[in-house]
Amino acid sequence: MIKIKKGLDIKLEGHAAEQVVAGKLSDLYAICPEDYHGVVPKLVIKPGDRVLAGTPLMVDKNCPEIQFVSPVSGEVLAVNRGERRKILDIQIKADSEIEYADFGKKNISSMSTDEVKAAMLQMGLWGFVKQRPYDVIANPADSPRDIFVTGFDSAPLAPNMDFVVKGEEANFQLGLDALKKLTTGKVYLGVRSGSVLASMKGVEIVTVEGPHPASNVGVQIANISPVNKGETVWTVNGFDLILIGRSLAQGKADFARLMPVAGSEVAKAVYTKAIIGAQISSIAGDKVKKENISLRFISGNVLTGKKVSANGFLSPYAQQITIIPEGDDVHELFGWAMPGFAKFSVNHSFFTWLIDTLAPKKEYKIDARLQGGRRAIIMSNEYDRVLPMDILPEFLIKAVLAFDIDKMENLGIYEVAPEDFALCEFVDTSKLEIQHIIRTGLDQLRKEMN
Amino acid sequence: MKALRNYLDKIKPNFQEGGKLSMFHSVFDGFETFLFTPSTTSKTGVHIHDSIDSKRTMSVVILALLPALLFGMYNVGYQHYLAVGQLDATSFLTVFMFGFLAVLPKIVVSYGVGLGIEFVVAQWKKHEIQEGFLVSGMLIPMIVPIDTPLWMIAVATAFAVIFAKEIFGGTGMNIFNVALITRAFLFFAYPSMMSGDKVFVRTGDTFGMGAGTIVDGYSGATPLGQIATAADPSVAVVDVLGNPIGTWDYFVGLIPGSIGETSTLAILIGAVILLWTGIASWKTMGSVFIGGAFIVAIFNAFGGSAALETSVWDHLFLGGFAFGAVFMATDPVTSARTETGKYIYGFLVGVIAMLVRVVNPGYPEGMMLAILFMNVFAPLIDYIVVDANIKKRLKRAKVTKA
Repeated sequence: MIKIKKGLDIKLEGHAAEQVVAGKLSDLYAICPEDYHGVVPKLVIKPGDRVLAGTPLMVDKNCPEIQFVSPVSGEVLAVNRGERRKILDIQIKADSEIEYADFGKKNISSMSTDEVKAAMLQMGLWGFVKQRPYDVIANPADSPRDIFVTGFDSAPLAPNMDFVVKGEEANFQLGLDALKKLTTGKVYLGVRSGSVLASMKGVEIVTVEGPHPASNVGVQIANISPVNKGETVWTVNGFDLILIGRSLAQGKADFARLMPVAGSEVAKAVYTKAIIGAQISSIAGDKVKKENISLRFISGNVLTGKKVSANGFLSPYAQQITIIPEGDDVHELFGWAMPGFAKFSVNHSFFTWLIDTLAPKKEYKIDARLQGGRRAIIMSNEYDRVLPMDILPEFLIKAVLAFDIDKMENLGIYEVAPEDFALCEFVDTSKLEIQHIIRTGLDQLRKEMN
Repeated sequence: MKALRNYLDKIKPNFQEGGKLSMFHSVFDGFETFLFTPSTTSKTGVHIHDSIDSKRTMSVVILALLPALLFGMYNVGYQHYLAVGQLDATSFLTVFMFGFLAVLPKIVVSYGVGLGIEFVVAQWKKHEIQEGFLVSGMLIPMIVPIDTPLWMIAVATAFAVIFAKEIFGGTGMNIFNVALITRAFLFFAYPSMMSGDKVFVRTGDTFGMGAGTIVDGYSGATPLGQIATAADPSVAVVDVLGNPIGTWDYFVGLIPGSIGETSTLAILIGAVILLWTGIASWKTMGSVFIGGAFIVAIFNAFGGSAALETSVWDHLFLGGFAFGAVFMATDPVTSARTETGKYIYGFLVGVIAMLVRVVNPGYPEGMMLAILFMNVFAPLIDYIVVDANIKKRLKRAKVTKA
């Protein structure tokens, strides 16, 4: 059992009610190579090809075993390219009925490590397995020290795992069994106390208590068994593990998720079924409040999600869709001097502390503004208070900015992922792009080391 | 509000790249963000941000400085009318107005010079105007004697802003506390105007107000000055008229001294604001007081001179100690930035301040030198603390490998 003290739960408006409302299925899907960080895409189809759900669309140039498959059946509509012919997305016009490629039902218990690996690679499931260091898709040739699975999500407006996994407990167990085949070490599963996942077999169950980022797998690793230089661990998100387990059990690449459409600009926040790569408007379009303000659609949560347009696509790792006001049309007079009773801040110069004491259930509507100008780092101990790891965040960030490899290693760059710094970025008075800084540092280091 | 916004939007193109007034881009941007919270939205990373920003932070510090500043203004008037023997005949408001008029030009000069340089540099380097000087500019008039000539403040402020801040890269990059560099510049360039018993009480008039002749038996020596020069260890500290004063007077602060530093009471109100909002670190602030008290307790045990035998409370309340501990040592940029480091940093500031004050016969007060000295060592303290974290990580790696 891990008790996390540092961290922050940002109470946002627009929690999804635990009910499923079926939406219409998207007829356009897209895979964006950019979402698979660190992958150099190599196309294996061309526009006009007919694909099934499970047909490879692209592979990683540096590791061609890693395949990225089509989530639906249909026709490859277009491959859009940007500057220097970089692939922006691969769009697929979906059939009305999805036709799945048949990989054969897998009986994990009788399979060897290599067979499990091969099955996952072939079915396009490998993209869900990530590794520390560098927070990129795992190299299938490695054998990891341990595998960590986080079985809940503590981010703002995040889905409730117990609700999502209902009826799929067997698939989750199957996913865990598959992971167990991949390591000679242990498989750890981080859960909330009282979760149905606490009854999973064959893995180390770790109960995690405390505020966000409790669900970050990096935080769990840091508190269970930190990553040292030279070690590799793999990580899987519990919500992705459902897809892995289900696909292996049924022998078909089924990437449909149950996910909340949440946020202050959603009229009625509920859960809905969506397939990876679906067009956002098809999932969320009819749920948006009809107000005349500019909106921000986020594929994922407000801390780590990706900004998309309404016509954008659901990214593969997104566990939710969040819609908040953009805020670029708001002009606040003397915002820095006003008491700001409706504003959210961890700093006591705003009155969040008072309002939270008087009305503990109060939820906040926060838009996408930076709420200030970008500055040099001035305040100290801001980041430390929301990072429950034995890391000195400010010094690590400065080491990354200076690209001092020794310092980065020494200060624990191998243990972290950008998402671990999301709250640091949220609370930062100086409004620095900390996740971006960490991402850059990891990328440079990976390039340097390989 | 709408009209103002529309007006700003209308004139904005003039200030942008290629516009007629693009040379004032930073100034315009400064005023625009002063009036309206910027509506830029996040491009990468988190989509929402905490409402706190650098402007809010600096405003809170200024708010925390206000009690000490207002008290200081009143005290300037109070000391003056006491010295000319008219205190009983003068209303509270007049006393305050005298001080207000005496202090205001210093604030204007400090802000005028400092912000002027800040504006020019921001424009030149094409970055936003940063708020750091709002605090420094308020601190500077509060830590000088009332009779410091305005031109000296102007020269010292310019020196400090350019050489202690801008050449290091601006707010957040400086090694030394800017306000203290101003004070140090004044102290070493014009020593006769910064110490002694002539400068801490205004005996002349202010814009023709409060004229009068000094009463017999007047002495403008500060309590610390009296203690430092006393031959007898059991010196009786007196006010400007020669009446004895004690611990309670030191705490309340109606005594001669630099403008903002005399009232520990008013400073403590500021301390509460800073600590509650979390803008100053209680670790730094508390450690300074503990460090000071610790060393004075040792001095008291030995005794031998007036300074050595002055009690712990008196030492903590007198001079610039409390002001330095609350507003200067806690400057996050120049103090230690690690949590463990803050204890060490604060403690040593307290110890060194008292050492200079008590043991060094040349300087009656040591807070300025102590903080500047520790500013130099703050990075070293952090280095040691960070190194401990590194060692722990290396050790862990070895343990798991073995």
